[in-house]
Amino acid sequence: MAIRSLTVNGKRVPVTYNDPQTPLLYVLRNDLGLRGPRFGCGLGQCGACTVHIDGVAVRSCITPLSTVDVNKKIVTLEGLGTPEKPHRVQKAFIDEQAAQCGYCINGMIMESAAFLAKNKKPTEAAIKDALANNLCRCGTHARIVRAVKRASA
Amino acid sequence: MNIQISRRDALLGSGALIVSFALAGSSAGAQAQGAAKPLALTEVDSFLAIDKTGKVTVYSGKVDLGTGITTALRQIVADELDVPMNRIELVQGDTLLTPDQGKTWASVTIQIGGMQLRQAAAAARQALLAEAAKKLGTDNLTVADGVIMAGGRKKVSYAELIGDKNFAIKLDPKQPVKEKSPKDYKIVGKSTPRVDIPDKVTGRFTYMQDFRVPGMLHGRVVRPPAIGAKIEKVDESAVKKIPGVARVVREGDFLGVVATSEWDAIRGAEALKVTWSKSETLPDQAKLWEHVRATKMVKEDTTSNVGNVAEALTKEGAKLRKATYDFAIHTHGSIGPSCAVAEFKDGKLTSWSASQATHDLRKQLALMLGLSPDKVRCIYVEGAGCYGRNGHEDAAADAALLAKAVSNPVRVQWSRADEHGWDPKGPPTLADLQASTDAAGNVTAWDSVFYIPQAGPELNVGLVAADLAGMPTAKVSFPGNIFQLSAIPYKFPNVKTVCRRLETTPLRPSWIRTPGRMQNTYANECFFDELAAAAGADPLEFRLKYLDPADKRGIEVLNRVAELAKWEKRPSPKKAASGNVVKGRGVSYTKYELVRTYVGAVAEVEVDRSTGRITVSKFYITHDCGQIINPDGLKNQIEGNVIQTVSRTLMEEVKFDRSQVTSLDWKSYPILKFPEVPEIVIELIDRPTEKPWGAGEPAAAIIPSAISNAVFDATGVRLRSIPYTPAKVLAAMQAT
Repeated sequence: MAIRSLTVNGKRVPVTYNDPQTPLLYVLRNDLGLRGPRFGCGLGQCGACTVHIDGVAVRSCITPLSTVDVNKKIVTLEGLGTPEKPHRVQKAFIDEQAAQCGYCINGMIMESAAFLAKNKKPTEAAIKDALANNLCRCGTHARIVRAVKRASA
Repeated sequence: MNIQISRRDALLGSGALIVSFALAGSSAGAQAQGAAKPLALTEVDSFLAIDKTGKVTVYSGKVDLGTGITTALRQIVADELDVPMNRIELVQGDTLLTPDQGKTWASVTIQIGGMQLRQAAAAARQALLAEAAKKLGTDNLTVADGVIMAGGRKKVSYAELIGDKNFAIKLDPKQPVKEKSPKDYKIVGKSTPRVDIPDKVTGRFTYMQDFRVPGMLHGRVVRPPAIGAKIEKVDESAVKKIPGVARVVREGDFLGVVATSEWDAIRGAEALKVTWSKSETLPDQAKLWEHVRATKMVKEDTTSNVGNVAEALTKEGAKLRKATYDFAIHTHGSIGPSCAVAEFKDGKLTSWSASQATHDLRKQLALMLGLSPDKVRCIYVEGAGCYGRNGHEDAAADAALLAKAVSNPVRVQWSRADEHGWDPKGPPTLADLQASTDAAGNVTAWDSVFYIPQAGPELNVGLVAADLAGMPTAKVSFPGNIFQLSAIPYKFPNVKTVCRRLETTPLRPSWIRTPGRMQNTYANECFFDELAAAAGADPLEFRLKYLDPADKRGIEVLNRVAELAKWEKRPSPKKAASGNVVKGRGVSYTKYELVRTYVGAVAEVEVDRSTGRITVSKFYITHDCGQIINPDGLKNQIEGNVIQTVSRTLMEEVKFDRSQVTSLDWKSYPILKFPEVPEIVIELIDRPTEKPWGAGEPAAAIIPSAISNAVFDATGVRLRSIPYTPAKVLAAMQAT
């Protein structure tokens, strides 16, 4: 058993592990008790596990723990905002009622928050392209695009 | 606005209201000490409780599968009781606490489950009013926010009247309690924000996949490489080197690894060296439809029979048209793979899962483990969107077997390959259709045969773990009521529709969203379009011509979708256009199961004739499901129906070799992505004074045919095999 320090949602936290190849997703969910990042495929294909590492949207299910250290700033959905004080992207998703089951929504919000940080006034087509590798099965796409647009306004 | 109610009205409203709960009621505290909570569908207490703070607890046997239905159910109860939404808590799908209202399926949660809740709330409200009338000494009462008032001064709250006591009121479906008049609804019919979304977008919501219990271990099942393969040898040596692995569990051919951490369980399962027997039980996928046609039939269900089809088809001068349609095997495709937690304590099993039917799962787990059902409690925890019977029940069975073996609670999280490979599938559907027309193009006969799997005697799908372990479970899985909508809504003089129920189907079947209704309507609504084209008629007018003229709501739906889409009256196909990319439009219609929700759809598509690629650019939907509870929630569901089914139509197909499913991820089983999603225009027809019907499935029934008919309109080529991959489209164009 080994110990490593991470910086998650602004706090320095120690985590223990048996295997340095453990995907970051399992550490965040099972060791740190976070619920924002979700297990969807473990293959980097669906986006449900997305977190920010130094502001970049990353698939935590294929990010080995060994590649992340205390100097990298990890932000999860919980670190963006709370029901009481939501981030503007989260608020836009509430305003547009942009969820059905909501399982993919972590990825949609994390991906679009990182995208909007670099693209202030994106077109609808640009939003769709930015989310092209985030899968939603319930068919909430139109609302999600509207929410991202609203957050960019 | 408050509602004036006289005590006399309240008492006359229900023959059942003879018991005074204040006297008969027992303390809810007594229940906590062991007295069982009522679960019968004939008791108000099964559905509702009000505590001393005025909090209303709704006990719903129907569960939220990610549709937002629990917001709608709260709306129904809040309005009927005149309490604010935020005073309602909802307990769902717990076999110890919630009544068995049947599985959450078939788009009946509002229609049946919601109406049972409305009756319970109406009965509770009447009893509360009657009690208040006694207390306040007057019949002229108003209710607001759970407080009953006489004039402006005297008042008594629900909490004071009933707080923590039982209602002890019987419900009799034959003598329904008088409900509020629809004109007095304040919450029903309004786009109320969903209660779960703030938590879901901030990471505070507890999905099944987040659920944990103290002392819990993580389990992983080692799946056979072939359906029906048997274990020949297990070598545990490599697993023992992995720290954290607690146990290898074997029960027949069921094999699993349990570890202290999820990742160690995954590594352990991968490290386990297992020798399996060879097994090739599946047909050659390239010859799937020959296989389906040749499968032994166990019975033939005639789902409609009008006039004399055989005679009409062979009548002199009758013009015959025949076509065969097929719809591939599909998976549910939940974004979160199935997950469950099981705990054994004192010989009793508690199972947490996202099962659509905890009361049925309870019986299935009890049967599998040889327990009495009263030793099993199943509790629903919402998972990722579930559009039918996917892997949740199987994950629950996996967890139960592992937990039994190790005596700690065990959580089982399926992998993506588990879900794509082992969830039960929407079975392959094959339909032969023929029809005759007279010289003027009038349809004289319609004759169809659907090849679909038989239905087992239980309404359940056999559990994978039980099969592997050699434990009892349903031998023939129930595929859903897939005969539905093999019959048609059109009034031809001669109609015969038949379902040939087949003994087997290649992969374990279950009900995917809109089961049978989607595949059958696809064949019917496309073939109907073929007849319209053959008659040189506008396909929308041709539908109106054959609808029952007395069915005004159906006619209105079609007329309104025509207006919404600015439908141009003309026969299909469109006149040949030049260039590679051609555009077309198609219409489709359903009256769901021929008795409820009406939906009309118009699709606009573009077809690239050089690549065979179809782009669905726009969908118009007109939807009448009677009384609408939550218009925005309803729109959300309809949008979901459209997008999910566009995906099914264009690209989805489960792939397999002779041994097992080979499409085990999102690359080999792709679904629709953002840039491919059509614009959707929805018109809701609200009928507040009619019964509310379901909306979770009906729109999906007509999406494939609307697309198919639009492709025909654009190209003159009729596609009859789903999915419409570019390769198939190119082949169909070359063949024409």
